[in-house]
Amino acid sequence: MGIFDRFTRQNDEQEQKKLEEGLEKTRTSFFGKINRLVRGKDTVDAEVLDQLEEILVTSDVGVETTLDIIEHVEERVASDQYVSTKELNRLIRDEIAKLMLEDAPERPADFDAPLPTKPYVIMVVGVNGVGKTTTIGKLAHHYKNAGKKVILGAADTFRAAAVDQLTIWSERVGVDIVKKDMGSDPASVAFETVQAAVAADADLCIVDTAGRLHNKVNLMNELTKIKKVMSKVHPDAPHEVLLVLDASTGQNALEQAKQFTKATEVTALALTKLDGTAKGGVVLGIADQFKIPIKYIGIGERMEDLQVFNREAFVDALFSGATV
Amino acid sequence: MFDNLTDRLEDAFKKLKGQGRITDVNIATTVKEIRRALVDADVNYKIAKDFTDRVKEKALGEKVIKAVSPGQLMVKIVQDELAELMGGESADFNIKGEPAVVLLSGLQGSGKTTFAAKLANYLKTKKSKQVLLVACDVYRPAAIDQLHVLGDQIGVEVFSDKESKDAVTIAKQGIAHAKSNGFNQVIIDTAGRLAIDETLMNEISSIKQAVRPQETLFVVDAMTGQDAVNTAKAFNERLDYEGVVLTKLDGDTRGGAALSIKYTVGKPIKFVSRGEKMDTLDIFYPERMAQRILGMGDVVSLVEKAQEQYDEEKARKLQKKISKNKFDFNDFLDQLGQIRKMGNIKDLLGMIPGMGKQIRDLDIDDAQFSKIEAIILSMTPEERENPELLNGSRRKRLAKGSGNTITEVNQFVKQFDQMRKMMKQMTKMGGMAKAMRGMPGLKR
Ligand SMILES: Nc1nc2c(ncn2[C@@H]2O[C@H](COP(=O)(O)OP(=O)(O)OP(=O)(O)O)[C@@H](O)[C@H]2O)c(=O)[nH]1
Ligand SMILES: [Mg+2]
Repeated sequence: MGIFDRFTRQNDEQEQKKLEEGLEKTRTSFFGKINRLVRGKDTVDAEVLDQLEEILVTSDVGVETTLDIIEHVEERVASDQYVSTKELNRLIRDEIAKLMLEDAPERPADFDAPLPTKPYVIMVVGVNGVGKTTTIGKLAHHYKNAGKKVILGAADTFRAAAVDQLTIWSERVGVDIVKKDMGSDPASVAFETVQAAVAADADLCIVDTAGRLHNKVNLMNELTKIKKVMSKVHPDAPHEVLLVLDASTGQNALEQAKQFTKATEVTALALTKLDGTAKGGVVLGIADQFKIPIKYIGIGERMEDLQVFNREAFVDALFSGATV
Repeated sequence: MFDNLTDRLEDAFKKLKGQGRITDVNIATTVKEIRRALVDADVNYKIAKDFTDRVKEKALGEKVIKAVSPGQLMVKIVQDELAELMGGESADFNIKGEPAVVLLSGLQGSGKTTFAAKLANYLKTKKSKQVLLVACDVYRPAAIDQLHVLGDQIGVEVFSDKESKDAVTIAKQGIAHAKSNGFNQVIIDTAGRLAIDETLMNEISSIKQAVRPQETLFVVDAMTGQDAVNTAKAFNERLDYEGVVLTKLDGDTRGGAALSIKYTVGKPIKFVSRGEKMDTLDIFYPERMAQRILGMGDVVSLVEKAQEQYDEEKARKLQKKISKNKFDFNDFLDQLGQIRKMGNIKDLLGMIPGMGKQIRDLDIDDAQFSKIEAIILSMTPEERENPELLNGSRRKRLAKGSGNTITEVNQFVKQFDQMRKMMKQMTKMGGMAKAMRGMPGLKR
């Protein structure tokens, strides 16, 4: 339990519990296994490393990243022949922490931290069904609760009832929404949303986009255009391009990160559906390869079910099961 | 990352060369490579292990004949084994009943609603059924509206009750509505749910009990990773579903989840869904899927896609022109248009086996093709028909007219010329399909 003291920035106890529950699963299945496999062994042998490979790979970490981690572990073990369970835990934990921390010195800001500029514009992108619209509803809720004025933009004018869906979220949360008819130009919705945010002196504006598969060139070009149009209202907009990834997605998430970054210069990740049994291990490789920080995690379908991602605490929580 | 199996194995097999027989020792690295390739394709780790053990058993003792490289031999064993696993008896889809009922289940965001509408459209147009869609996702905002919009699009009635949160009752009422209004096919869309969500899993079991569907389907995103086995198993334990639907296959995922699911629950994959449009529903081809997982290129799909867009008459004329070296810029423009209709160029080329890796590393940009179009559109009709006319001053004009540099125009004209020659040779060989069959790694 002590490990979760790190999460004290979350003041809602229920939220806290939910995240713990979410992480609990990850922890027991991920590092709990490392604990089991090294327990009773004082040296790291090939079998242990093979099992480590299995643990990482079955959490969707991917072969390449897994082999990287193992290689580093091996190198460090080589310099010190006899490694105990405790030392091995620390070592592996270090190596994984490095992937997450090395190039992301800043922790993502909490909801009540002042935003760098006004209005701060977030554009939300991702493949179909990952949880973009829901994440926007949750973000709006948290930022509004933190005293910020939020405006949403319904630039998914393509998927059936997408505008209705975001409208319901805006009503649920109690924030304004800019919308047009289905089928209208998404770029113009995005443009008008930023305009409306400026006019209304809003702190934050979040623009939803239609889900699209990253290998569809035309749709990716459309996304580039939507992004570009916003900068006509506000030179730096969007200030954030948030790529939403589903925790149950396998190695294809790497390609998603690559292609969405190419089209829109993704600046942050949100990892959804961590309340399920999927581990979302693929983000390790993404954070490492593309140097994109993970900012939020989704842990349910209610508007409260979103957390600011806290890397250190996340890694700690992952490992705490292994050191008990 | 996206190295295909053949690429990967090349290296491992170098070690096998010059050895007469596949043995335990010389195959070890290869087996590991295969396993890793499968895992990279999102096949579950344990299943990949199991699978490679089987492959190993088959391969052990096989003589490495001179004509066949050990690599080809192994790939063949792997491919055969995989296709067999994915296949089995072809799966029927039961639409007999008064009404026949289909119940959809799956995780959040897996594509149930879109698939519900596609299936309705298919049963209506291809099987002449009177279809009723029933909206039982009472949780996700606007989920009912979404189904109504899609229903309107395809001209299928949607039964719903926006005031109710009781999915079981809505399902029952839906069936009753179908019976009294002459519908002989019902498709029930449900909310996405996690397998560990007791309340919602109980709800869907109750729906199943209440409506006794002919077909309960588990809808799963083809991009799913290692967790696919857990979810597929948990849903199967509760629902004992008849089959699986694989969605979003128009993406570039390898789709190893398909193998994991088939392996774990042994239920057939009945449909694949590959797009957001209503007519992008397909039946499942095990061999194609096996090839896709292995990264061998989805050749059959490519050829079929090409055929769909193929206009016999036009093609015959074109063939004639090509063989006389009279293929001109108008034809080229036409071809570009055709290719565009089929999808983006990189995807298409990526489907050709052996091309996969080169293409992936190439930066083929569809914008490049717009450039080419601009050049051609700046030509006079005369120039388009007679590529030979393009002398220096004409090229200069084209550069200006299309907003390209003279070098770019020169490059394009040169490439066009080369392509023309190549095409002439190809027609001698007997067309695209034959040319492809001649490619290595494709013998079946
Ligand atoms: N369990 C769980 N479900 C989630 C989470 N986030 C989103 N969902 C659900 O996932 C489904 C899809 O979410 P949407 O927000 O509609 O996804 P989207 O990316 O906007 O989808 P498209 O716009 O259709 O591409 C919905 O049923 C959500 O309730 C999460 O963190 N946990
Ligand atoms: Mg959406």
